[in-house]
Amino acid sequence: MAAVLEVENLATHFALREGLVKAVDGVSFSIAPGEVLGLVGESGSGKSVTGFSIMGLVDPPGRIVSGSIRLEGRELVGLSEDEMRGLRGRRVAMIFQDPMMTLNPVLRIDTQMIESVLAHDRVSEKAARARAAAALTQVGIPSPEERLASYPHQFSGGMRQRVAIAIALLHRPALIVADEPTTALDVTIQSQILAEAQKLCRESGAALLWITHDLAVVAGLADRVAVMYAGRIVEQGQVDDVLDHPLHPYTKGLIGSVPSGAMRGSRLAQIPGATPSLGRLPPGCAFAPRCPRVIDVCRVTSPPESQREGRRLRCHNAEPAP
Amino acid sequence: MLAFIIRRLAQAVVVVLAMVSIVFFGAYVVGDPVWMMAPGDATQEQIEEIRRTFGFDQPAHVQFLRFLADIARGEFGRSYVHGSSAIGLILERMPATLELAFAALVFAILFGIPLGLYAGLKPDHWFSRAVMAGSILGFSLPTFWVGLMLIMLFSVMLGWLPATGRGPTVNVLGVETSLLSLEGWRHLMLPAINLGLLKLSLVIRLTRSGAREASLQDYVKFARAKGLSQGRIIGVHILKNILIPIVTVLGLEFGSLVAFSVVTETIFAWPGMGKLLLESIQRLDRPLIVAYVMVVVLLFVTINLIVDILYSALDPRVRITGAES
Repeated sequence: MAAVLEVENLATHFALREGLVKAVDGVSFSIAPGEVLGLVGESGSGKSVTGFSIMGLVDPPGRIVSGSIRLEGRELVGLSEDEMRGLRGRRVAMIFQDPMMTLNPVLRIDTQMIESVLAHDRVSEKAARARAAAALTQVGIPSPEERLASYPHQFSGGMRQRVAIAIALLHRPALIVADEPTTALDVTIQSQILAEAQKLCRESGAALLWITHDLAVVAGLADRVAVMYAGRIVEQGQVDDVLDHPLHPYTKGLIGSVPSGAMRGSRLAQIPGATPSLGRLPPGCAFAPRCPRVIDVCRVTSPPESQREGRRLRCHNAEPAP
Repeated sequence: MLAFIIRRLAQAVVVVLAMVSIVFFGAYVVGDPVWMMAPGDATQEQIEEIRRTFGFDQPAHVQFLRFLADIARGEFGRSYVHGSSAIGLILERMPATLELAFAALVFAILFGIPLGLYAGLKPDHWFSRAVMAGSILGFSLPTFWVGLMLIMLFSVMLGWLPATGRGPTVNVLGVETSLLSLEGWRHLMLPAINLGLLKLSLVIRLTRSGAREASLQDYVKFARAKGLSQGRIIGVHILKNILIPIVTVLGLEFGSLVAFSVVTETIFAWPGMGKLLLESIQRLDRPLIVAYVMVVVLLFVTINLIVDILYSALDPRVRITGAES
């Protein structure tokens, strides 16, 4: 089946006073209908900027400098703001990290949902309201008619995130970009939201790009995973393969830093050093200064992308196959 | 809500009493009104006679208590100069002042919010920089000087607008207004701009900082992600959030517009209560001064109350806590 989203060699740079920051630098991936791709990385790895680039919501001084983003075969890079606005919310929707901040505090839920319907469809306000109520039911909010007349502050964080998901689903988009939507929630609510999102995507056939720093979330939710480091995807493949047998030293380090029952009592592994500043990357591989498997060539040239065992990998000296 | 309003009114009474005392003793210290009231060639006996008639021979606290007792009976005193009821004189002049203050406020909002929004949403544009520089001028130039400059430019040099007076007024339901005739508007224009200039700068700066802050919020980005038009995002999502501080500040500022229209009214010979106050201070017309202060305090309290009610209409979070308390 044709991919819903194909991103090729995407580069989004920020021209700051301190210099050019290559937040996203040559990222390629694709997502099939109904598929969940987990985009994993530390803060500052460029994963959120990747999401905003797809939405066409990168604000100056940031700019997509090269590459291509195709949504259902249509090229998004270079579309006018008006054309892009017509797609946002309709074919591609986004869920944000902090549900406390994404709903406008002074507008009622119905206002915020109805305006989303009316932004793309010429229907009566009554019809739009009915659709809003149906969407709330879909995400498991009881007595939606009453809840529609509430303000955001009358909802809990989990409920607000459900509302945000309901808004994202209003137009049955082909792709949903979810930028750490469970990070700000309690663990129990987190798993509910995860299950809900997974179920809704299966039902509606929407592809899901799930941006997160939490490997556990990816393990439970995603079909495939892409690991990002310093603006590049260093490893991507089927989620079980990658998590069970990471080939890139960074992926291995990430997985090693997650505490687990089997390692009780032993020292928690960690990746030495800190994420490099994107404005001052080392000449070779960005991970080289922290890498346990570093070899001479790593410090000189950035590794090209290679295919191995059904994965895409950027490493000069990857882990041996299992 | 009713309990809230009653509590507010009780506070108002206390504030009025405190203000009246301060002003009464202030006016008492400033000078002896007898010299203003007596004719130039009055004999010592005549002066003593006036002093006894008005009770000025009594000690200050006796005069004050007598004054309070009068107020309690609803007797606010007669103007020494005009001989008629002090409150009546003020109320008679009040429509002119309210009209001027209202026009100044409308001027400030009508121009301030669009300019502020523009400056906040496009902070690097040359026009935004010009607006911000202009607003600093609006803040720092003294009102009397700007008034004189306006008169010089528009009345003397260009001859477009009249420099003094209120022009012809139309009586609507017993209130004289100049808003209903072109000539009235022409008279109102310069004083309103003069009085509103400071508030215009204030509105511009408030709107700008609010818009800058709001435009970085996640809810604006989320609204964009929903595919809403720019107009709806600015006009509904951003504006409704920044209106909260603007309404609060402007409400309070309306009181100050009324109370301190003294300068503008004097320059443009606008027949309002500010001009009356200035004349009364010069003549030590104590009842009028005190009555003026009472009216202004009541005005402030009422405005504060209206602002509180409006505020809860704008911000749903306030509404909830208000209902619970």
